[in-house]
Amino acid sequence: MADMTDTVTAPGSHAGPGARRFPFLLRPGSNRARTLARYGGLAPFVAYVLIFLIIPLVAIIKYAFVDPKTNAFTWSNIDIAVHGSYLHGFEQSLELSLIASVIPGVFGLLIAYAIFTARGRGAAWLRQTVITASGVFANFGGVPLAFLFIASFGSVALVTGWLSDIGLNIYSWGFSLYTMSGVALVYMYFQIPLMILIMLPALEGLRPAWREAAENLGARSWDYWRHVGGPVLLPSFMSCVMLLFGSALAAYATAEALTSGTIPLTSIQIGSFLNGNVIAGQQNVGYALSLGMVVIIAILMTCYVLFQRRASKWLR
Amino acid sequence: MAAVVTKPAQAPAPAATPGRRRGSFPVWRWVILLIAAVYFLLPLYAALRFAGLKAFGTVFTSPGFVPALWLSLRLAAVTWVVSMALMIPTTVYVHLRMPAMRRLLESVTILPIVIPPVVLIIGVLQVMPLSLRASVWMLGLEYVILAMPFAYRALDAGLRAIDVKTLTEASNSLGGGLFTTLWRVLLPNLRTAVISATILIVALVLGEFTMASLALKETFPVWIVLFDQLNANISVSASIFALVVTWVFLMLITVAATRQSRRTGGGEVTLFTVAPRETIGNL
Amino acid sequence: MTANETTADATKSAKGVAWAGAAGGEHGGTSVSLRGLTRVFGATRALDEMSLEIAPGELVALLGPSGCGKTTALRIVAGFEFADSGEVLIDGRDVSGIPASRRDMGMVFQSYSLFPNMHALDNVAFGLRMRKVGGADRRKRAAELLDMVGLAPQAGQYPHQLSGGQQQRVALARALAIEPRVLLLDEPLSALDAKVRLQLREQIRTLQQRLGTTTLFVTHDQEEALSMADRVGVMRAGRLEQVADPAELYSRPATAFVAEFVGTMNRLPAELGGAGTVTVLGTTVPAHSGDPLGSGPVDALIRPENLTVKAAEGGNGIVTNRTFLGAVTRVAVRLSGDTEVSVDVSSAVALEMAPGTAVQVGLPVAPVLVTPRSS
Repeated sequence: MADMTDTVTAPGSHAGPGARRFPFLLRPGSNRARTLARYGGLAPFVAYVLIFLIIPLVAIIKYAFVDPKTNAFTWSNIDIAVHGSYLHGFEQSLELSLIASVIPGVFGLLIAYAIFTARGRGAAWLRQTVITASGVFANFGGVPLAFLFIASFGSVALVTGWLSDIGLNIYSWGFSLYTMSGVALVYMYFQIPLMILIMLPALEGLRPAWREAAENLGARSWDYWRHVGGPVLLPSFMSCVMLLFGSALAAYATAEALTSGTIPLTSIQIGSFLNGNVIAGQQNVGYALSLGMVVIIAILMTCYVLFQRRASKWLR
Repeated sequence: MAAVVTKPAQAPAPAATPGRRRGSFPVWRWVILLIAAVYFLLPLYAALRFAGLKAFGTVFTSPGFVPALWLSLRLAAVTWVVSMALMIPTTVYVHLRMPAMRRLLESVTILPIVIPPVVLIIGVLQVMPLSLRASVWMLGLEYVILAMPFAYRALDAGLRAIDVKTLTEASNSLGGGLFTTLWRVLLPNLRTAVISATILIVALVLGEFTMASLALKETFPVWIVLFDQLNANISVSASIFALVVTWVFLMLITVAATRQSRRTGGGEVTLFTVAPRETIGNL
Repeated sequence: MTANETTADATKSAKGVAWAGAAGGEHGGTSVSLRGLTRVFGATRALDEMSLEIAPGELVALLGPSGCGKTTALRIVAGFEFADSGEVLIDGRDVSGIPASRRDMGMVFQSYSLFPNMHALDNVAFGLRMRKVGGADRRKRAAELLDMVGLAPQAGQYPHQLSGGQQQRVALARALAIEPRVLLLDEPLSALDAKVRLQLREQIRTLQQRLGTTTLFVTHDQEEALSMADRVGVMRAGRLEQVADPAELYSRPATAFVAEFVGTMNRLPAELGGAGTVTVLGTTVPAHSGDPLGSGPVDALIRPENLTVKAAEGGNGIVTNRTFLGAVTRVAVRLSGDTEVSVDVSSAVALEMAPGTAVQVGLPVAPVLVTPRSS
């Protein structure tokens, strides 16, 4: 642009006044000492996580293999945990989590996309309202949530009444809040908001230039989503669904409130061990069950990380 | 040389749609949002209809309300102090000195979302010394773990929005030491992030049920559930009330933060964080 | 990475020549016509009755500061935005009703527009795929184009593995793959390093001339516009202030804005005389103006190379600074009225003008541009 008057800079630049440095940044000496010092900054965090997260987990792993009476190593806890009603519990938990992660995953994505691409007046307001609401609703669960749904979709509830008024008797179709699908319906109340919150940053990575470039080259909406948008979003979507899966798996009180044990779910079964509802000799089975959950979660987290890595390559 | 394939003729469409914005009326957008609104608001309405608005008033005088609430508030304070003292320096440090670790940190801090509190508490109760277990503070310290996902996310988002490295180096070259930089330069710019993390920590603690009940501590959400067995109306009202208040609070913060950010040349602010899982009465 | 990007790469492809023939022959060049484009956003007029004719095979640059409407105009031509009134004609036909995906134009965006999930070859082949060109054919064509921009070895690489300059070359190849009637470039070089920018400038210009594609190029960098374009349109606040070839734009700017935007300009207080003359620095010269003058005080706009300076005791100014530019030195002088001017003079002569020297700044008799004094 105009007016770049070139001037020869005066020789000799000034040093900043009394530049002090962080002492730990200027550690002379061996490479190893310096690397150690660098990682040292993370020490408080690592220590905290170790004490309050890792050690409890390690305890679980340990006690899963311990016989409560003899304190000797045993496989019996694990054995009980993977058979019979506990196995059934795992199956049910996984099935429920699948439904309660994929469906809200899709819905959450659509809602997130809807508010993200909104334009015009009111768009910012819409975004802020939905995001704030998501932050709040993602927290809402348990007995009150169960109650909300019993009051609206229960057998003698408001919506059920409205629907049968217009001739749709959903209960005669086999619907019930206390079955798998009913519980999943209730889970969506916090799963969808969670999805919205964790999917939004991925959407921010979708550059409008890609859409316009595709259009410019002759692509229609469908072509764009099929060749560019879809493939680019897929890894993020998958990683978010992994998180939702884990979240559904971990849910406790909502399921408890709705089913009071009619559907066997692993999280509830673990809880009952803490309440003392145990058969003698099987006190440590709760740890075995917890170990099972931890293993599943480890697999989940690995998938999550792998998907995230792929996503960030394209979206960063 | 016929190395080039003849391109099919691209005649422009004869039926010209008058130059209106294409896709300016995205019907699907409103359909989705409408369905979502119905799904989320209908149960609230139904519950309110059932419980009755009168129930709101009697909540505050119910027996056990005050001590339970007081306990939860103290726990929230402990959780907040420890969270901030731990996460702020750590996040800043990683941003400044070990950016490669950010990915790892993010994965670690997301663990509490997928680790069931049931599992966590069962391990904690096994491992913690009796003295700590008997006191209420143990719960607060564990809540710090539960709060990590969004405390980290909020702080990370806040740090990404400001250029930490440059600000720190600038402060450094002007003579600012570690503490000064953190206190006078970085924290003021992280105000929004800290506020949103605070609100959600409070929401978490006021809503966390599973660990508290299994650890046999009567915090506010535990009280709500116990009381529910006596009087459903009141507990439901209490929960909905808490829900609405939190929502309004968050909206106000967001609007205020956006206004301030617009004044200093920034853009829209949203409370972008990862929310903790189902809390009130649960988890 | 950038060491490998040389101009030679782009020109070495023999196949490019066959390409040029085919493209030029098929279209015979396309003319583009913008007529009375207006676009209003709330209170701002992004475009204000903007009209421009682009001849077949021409490269026209739209130059101006940010917010002047140049990008808006380009995007209207591309079909991503719509004018409130006015029309865009391609070869005489109104395209306003045609969606962007069917306008047959190739566009290169400012940055990061390559599809991240496809490697370079697939990116370039994308437009052909949309036109239902068969797999083998389109891959062959894409390879030819990548070769033309000198990136044949990078065909299998993904965007995140390519440098900024390489990405833009792939983007260029992608836009050209569909043999567009018009090529649109939206500040394609702004996000690149200075050195890469210079190299790419030449490559784009060479390719464009060889293919004979009508091109509209948007930029805020006047050097870029002047060195690449056949004609340059300078825009401000939604209006075209002047459209001319670079030489004329530089030596005969129509308005003060154009004069000061392109190259360096001095502003000197002047007095209006009679019969279209003006007195500056004691010399009376013919004056012309692009802006309405009114009756207030005026300034004359004169380029540094059009002023003279020589050392003289009791002259009208004192030297404050000297900037060595090679053959020429730019001497900064403070005149008696506190006006600062820059004068270009041969470096040998400038040696005698150390800061503090008294000098006489003069003006040869030649027409000058005059404008109302800005407060």
